[in-house]
Amino acid sequence: MGRTGGRAPGIGVILSMELKQQAVAGTAESSDIMVTIDPVGGDAVEISLDSSVEKAFGDRIREVIAETLKNLGVTGVKVTAVDKGALDCTVQARTIAAVYRAAGTAGEFDWKEIDAWNA
Amino acid sequence: MATNNIGREIPDVYAEQFGTYGSEFENVKPYSAAAKTVCPRKPGESKLLDSIHDAIVKTGIKDGMTISFHHHFREGDYVMNMVLDEIARMGIKDISIAPSSIANVHEPLIDHIKNGVVTHITSSGLRDKLGAAISAGIMDEPVIIRSHGGRARAIERGDIHIDVAFLGAPCCDEYGNANGFEGPSACGSLGYALMDAKYADQVVLVTDNLVPYINTKISIPQSEVDYVVKVDAIGDPKGIAKGATRFTKNPKELIIAEYAAKVMMASPYFKPGFSFQTGTGGASLAVTRFLREGMIKKDVKASFALGGITNSMVELLDEGLVGAITDVQDFDTPSGASLARNATHLEIDASMYASPLSKGAMVNRLDMVILSALEIDTDFNVNVITGSDGVIRGASGGHCDAAAGSKMAIICAPLIRGRIPTVVDKVTTVVTPGSSIDVLVTEVGIAVNPARTDLIEAFKSLNVPQFTIEELRDRAYAIVGEPKPIEFGDKTVALIEYRDGTLIDAVRNCK
Repeated sequence: MGRTGGRAPGIGVILSMELKQQAVAGTAESSDIMVTIDPVGGDAVEISLDSSVEKAFGDRIREVIAETLKNLGVTGVKVTAVDKGALDCTVQARTIAAVYRAAGTAGEFDWKEIDAWNA
Repeated sequence: MATNNIGREIPDVYAEQFGTYGSEFENVKPYSAAAKTVCPRKPGESKLLDSIHDAIVKTGIKDGMTISFHHHFREGDYVMNMVLDEIARMGIKDISIAPSSIANVHEPLIDHIKNGVVTHITSSGLRDKLGAAISAGIMDEPVIIRSHGGRARAIERGDIHIDVAFLGAPCCDEYGNANGFEGPSACGSLGYALMDAKYADQVVLVTDNLVPYINTKISIPQSEVDYVVKVDAIGDPKGIAKGATRFTKNPKELIIAEYAAKVMMASPYFKPGFSFQTGTGGASLAVTRFLREGMIKKDVKASFALGGITNSMVELLDEGLVGAITDVQDFDTPSGASLARNATHLEIDASMYASPLSKGAMVNRLDMVILSALEIDTDFNVNVITGSDGVIRGASGGHCDAAAGSKMAIICAPLIRGRIPTVVDKVTTVVTPGSSIDVLVTEVGIAVNPARTDLIEAFKSLNVPQFTIEELRDRAYAIVGEPKPIEFGDKTVALIEYRDGTLIDAVRNCK
């Protein structure tokens, strides 16, 4: 089972977000990204991306997904993303939603923490 | 590697063969027109043949020859596939094709290329899977991309010598008098095909609508035609009018159109007797509608509209708001029908439309033109041929011709498309040089080419947000990020001719 990593106390309150199940967020519509999260255990973070803008923005999209997972303290995860030209903010939002769904923490969002990333 | 006057790299071998782009009009000078070989007809001889096969046999097509087609049937064309399939069946190889353009429907070309049937291509554009295959490098020789005026020039000057032209003819008699605006496969103007009919050694008309002699409405005359072939169908009417006529509800396109119409009406060219070209696409069609309102309100009528004709221009003609339509190609059924019924709706050939080496093209008389762009850079250079991934998927069309000829060329384009910025540092491929472009209109506002100080002055009190093009690029990048430059291979897959025949850019294979 993938688990949230040991984040320093005080930075956020997402202390033990355990990834319990496969979860999906987003759609295959234009300007959106569909992010599927699979808990695989261990420390690895594997990102597989299929993007309509791979050549121009593929690296950037992988970077945003990786950063978001890091901020959430998630490891032991396989991310499968199908992108149709989503902006960074959308990539981030869909990744967060998929992780929360995978952790089964519906409704409990730490907005303060998420805001802090973009400060 | 040679570098042309706008800084694009051209491989030496092609730079030597074609010359490199210098400036818009430096190669417009006297020349000797191309000649053709004519097989005259005696009384009593028939031109009617039973099949495409017979036409290939009779015209003596053999390895290494150049054959041509027109693209007036657009996505509904049956003729090019029909002829090439038969040529392939007969075992003929190494054919050069010189259609006026190529559509998605011509995907079977991929196999003909792979099998060595087709080895050279010149076209206005390449679409979809064929564009992707050519970008991947399936041809040994690069495709030569020519504008509509550039193709006319190439034929007139003999850069393209057509051995046999296979021209779909929607209405045709047995001796070769034909027009494009009658019959089940009507496409309207045959403007591009008229060049082939005039200059090809042999001309085969392919028709699905053989009418009794004499067909009295003549666009292509019998005196230019060698053979007539009757087949079941030459085109699909649905594909002929595909995609062009829908009036946009997209708010982004509507505001671009509104700004563009304001720019046109605030310019010094908006006065009685002005002329314009608007082309197709959502924003372009909407521009015509906004322009119409302004023309009525201010009682300003146009002398002519040029194009690439759609129903929105025909409506202006019917209302008496434009004096004439000069028509090289129709994009929908009503505009083709107008050509048949309106005495002031004139069919013109590609040379009269846009050739830089004709004795005076219509684009030379054009005040304002609305054009599109896949990309435009901070030098105002425009790309309409390659996508943001470097793959060939567009067409040169009359873009550089109308831009060079007109007094004010306006580019209408959204700042971004999805995550792809339209306004960029450097376009992937240049089709039209920035010196021909005067105004960029986006949904956030406009940018005037700084070389046009007169227009900047004229637009001082214009109620449209105004920016430098660098500011527009920065706005685009702020939303989507800066795209990573595309990595190309070393193989040249397409050469982009400027309308005068010099090379304005070259396209490399995609990795």
